[in-house]
Amino acid sequence: MITYAMVIDTRTCIGCGDCVVACKNENSVPAGLNRDWVVEETRGEYPHLSTEFRSERCNHCAHATCVTNCPTGASHYWKDTNIVLVAAEKCTGCKACIAACPYDARLIMHPDGYIDKCTFCHHRVDQGLDPACVSSCPTHCMHFGVLNDADSLVSRLLRTRNYKALLTETGNEPNVYYLV
Amino acid sequence: MQRREFLKVSALFGASGVMPGLLGGCSPPPLPGTGDVRTTPTVCNICFWQCAATLYTENGRPWKVVGNPADPHCNGRLCTRGTGGIASYSDPDRLKRPLIRVRQGNTQTFKPVSWDEAFAYIAGKMQTIAERHGRDRIALFSHGGGGSHFRRLLQAFGSHAYAHPSFAQCRGPRETAFGLTFGEGVGSPDRTDMANSRCIVLIGSHIGENLHNGQVQTLTQALERGATLITVDPRFSVPASKSRYWLPIKPGTDIALLLAWMNVLINEELYDKDYVAEYCSGFEQLAAQVQPYNPEWAYLETGLEAAQIRATAHAMAGAAPATLVHPGRHVTWYGDDTQRCRAIAILNALLGSWGRPGGFYAQEKVALPDFPAPQPARPEQDWKTEVQARFPLVSTGISNVMVDASAGPDAFFKGWFVYATNLSTTLPAVREQLERAAQSLELVVVVDTMPAEITGYADVVLPECTYLERYDDLRNKAERTPTLALRMPAFVPKYDSKPAWWIAKGLAEKLSLGDYFPWQDYREVLDWQLKQVGSSLAEMEKTGVKAFARKTPIYFAAGKPVDFRTPSGKIELYSQTLAETGHDPLPRYVPPQRPPAGYFHLNYGRAAAHTFGRTINNPLLFELMPENTVWVHPAAAGQIGVGNGEYVRLQNPDGVKSNRIRVRVTQRIRADSVFMVHGFGHTETRLRLAQGAGADDAELMHNVKIDPIMGGTGMRASFVTLVRGEA
Repeated sequence: MITYAMVIDTRTCIGCGDCVVACKNENSVPAGLNRDWVVEETRGEYPHLSTEFRSERCNHCAHATCVTNCPTGASHYWKDTNIVLVAAEKCTGCKACIAACPYDARLIMHPDGYIDKCTFCHHRVDQGLDPACVSSCPTHCMHFGVLNDADSLVSRLLRTRNYKALLTETGNEPNVYYLV
Repeated sequence: MQRREFLKVSALFGASGVMPGLLGGCSPPPLPGTGDVRTTPTVCNICFWQCAATLYTENGRPWKVVGNPADPHCNGRLCTRGTGGIASYSDPDRLKRPLIRVRQGNTQTFKPVSWDEAFAYIAGKMQTIAERHGRDRIALFSHGGGGSHFRRLLQAFGSHAYAHPSFAQCRGPRETAFGLTFGEGVGSPDRTDMANSRCIVLIGSHIGENLHNGQVQTLTQALERGATLITVDPRFSVPASKSRYWLPIKPGTDIALLLAWMNVLINEELYDKDYVAEYCSGFEQLAAQVQPYNPEWAYLETGLEAAQIRATAHAMAGAAPATLVHPGRHVTWYGDDTQRCRAIAILNALLGSWGRPGGFYAQEKVALPDFPAPQPARPEQDWKTEVQARFPLVSTGISNVMVDASAGPDAFFKGWFVYATNLSTTLPAVREQLERAAQSLELVVVVDTMPAEITGYADVVLPECTYLERYDDLRNKAERTPTLALRMPAFVPKYDSKPAWWIAKGLAEKLSLGDYFPWQDYREVLDWQLKQVGSSLAEMEKTGVKAFARKTPIYFAAGKPVDFRTPSGKIELYSQTLAETGHDPLPRYVPPQRPPAGYFHLNYGRAAAHTFGRTINNPLLFELMPENTVWVHPAAAGQIGVGNGEYVRLQNPDGVKSNRIRVRVTQRIRADSVFMVHGFGHTETRLRLAQGAGADDAELMHNVKIDPIMGGTGMRASFVTLVRGEA
């Protein structure tokens, strides 16, 4: 089992949305839909403020509720990894996965008639490349790699920096981490 | 009837709708990149940073564009706009064929014509202008790579007047001020050595919202290395959110802060004494000048606490000379902009950062010879003495002054070429003057890829193909590493659009000036130039980018004298040139006007998704940011009674009212200011996505202050109020 993780540094992310456009191009995501998006969160009162930008997407959870709740087996793990994919030919568009996803990370609905989502660009991962969003980021704030390799950059970043993940209380074990 | 009524380019075209997606079966889509993939080198043209990139097609269709890893402008990573640039090729609203304004009775419309008809029409009008008024009466406004071809054409004809609005509406004050101080400007790409800076000061510059790629990348590198970031901005901008110190300054009081910082550095003897002694002149006058401006005085002007001013001055001095007080880029704010940029230049000199690692480096470009062709003769009379003699320190065209010199029956200019710049929203509050100019000009030619408001004033519209469909001049910028980059076509030009070089050459031939364009195809020029420096077009069509070794040092060498190109040969803290031309030789603080009751300072800026108004209609980028918002502090919003997301209109004291715009209630701005992103509020109906989306800041500007030194337009002395219930 290989666990792929994305580690995003909120201290250098500027919320520019390049990751969003790069994904749309790479994966020909139809107009009006997005597999990733940017959240801005401001806390405090003027002039004592902090603003955090987060590039968000499917968390490719180790315990993915979208996979366990899919009635047809369309939602599945790619090979022996945590990358969650949708097999379009098995998807009936029932939206059980959408209800089951704590991150609202699934697209309603690809014009070809299935529920689309982030694939971690597994077609690029297969070639040893980073996902399109990671490789486009002008601030180099996004990192991608194998979590169960202690020497990988993502592992080293999580060892040496403070981080958080989103909605860990669900028990889904998300694999997108934010350095803070 | 008016001689030229405003025409919508849409008048002629039927709607060519986009095919809706069809609901089909659920066959698995093929994985990206499994088809026939081809690549072409290009240079991005979505902004002036000009990053080298690779365009990918799959099965003959546009797929994606990514940065060229060998290019120092982008290091393999385009910005948001560059990544979205691919959609400019397929934008269905592009200009498609040459158009000529025709008058039938009381109506004026654009008529599609052949290129030959368009050239014949333009050439005829140019000849008439030459006979009636002289050959020097045609002005070129240009913001883009292809402008050089039209400059050559007009110079060959006898008209040398030429302006980039990027001078008088953008970075002119800093180029002028740094030139007066150091003998050289900042240039583009900006010669900031941020990757090596230990302390960076941004004054009203929001890098990260303006996505000048190399600037964003080097600022990030500095942050990752632990540099101290100090951001001075009335708004909690993106870089403010990354800063150790955010100074939420009262708008328009920056010079007070800069003088107070100098006061601390000098009085506490924290400035670089060796550097000042070796390289600078005028220190005694400067020291005397800044005495009244201590941090306690500055507090009353800027609203920034004296302790904070001292602490930031100490942070700057502690990291010097690797401290960069960033010169900014769009700096035409209050009309005293050259003086404010002088203060920034002087502060850098006190910190010893010019010519030092972490400060400012020396740029170098490739010594690329010009293709052998006849040189247009210099005119006997310099047009600048006719048009902008009031600004003797300026060697380039001042666009707003040139517009003024085009309006009315006695105006100097009688014809315009406007290349890739939408003057209607680039210049502040210019509409009335544009309409006057449109009545007296005998020829207006607009060359662009997209319709825009300026197209409505044209007699002739010439459709240029996009950067993905053409060759342009080699990119050869003065920068850290001398580098050439090639833009070449990935696609055959759509519709009846053509590259700038082809248009200029065709028109030249119609004017019997073809000798000035002695090539059949611009590939000949590029190949010849590349061969002079040991490369070739064939090589560049494979690599896209080629770097060359530097021949000059990048920083000052210790112990070696430096000859500054100033009158004294020194860094001029006290400017003799300014004294001799009747200006303050040292920066002086003049308090700004405060908004009348019920009004706010109108601040504007950039967003990561867009380049001015030029990308709003780009389908990918429009989707990312389809409209702008007006930022309002909660206290102000409460007083007016506006809610988050509500549409309002903005109105200035002259009664000019904007298109509707959504309110964004946020803590991220001072209560005396509002903020909006520039470039929205298009009125051109042919821009089917952009038209009517958001509001235009430029039309709201009033109280525009002309810089007495460089002639540019101060655009931040405007006030607006929020009007409810009309949206």
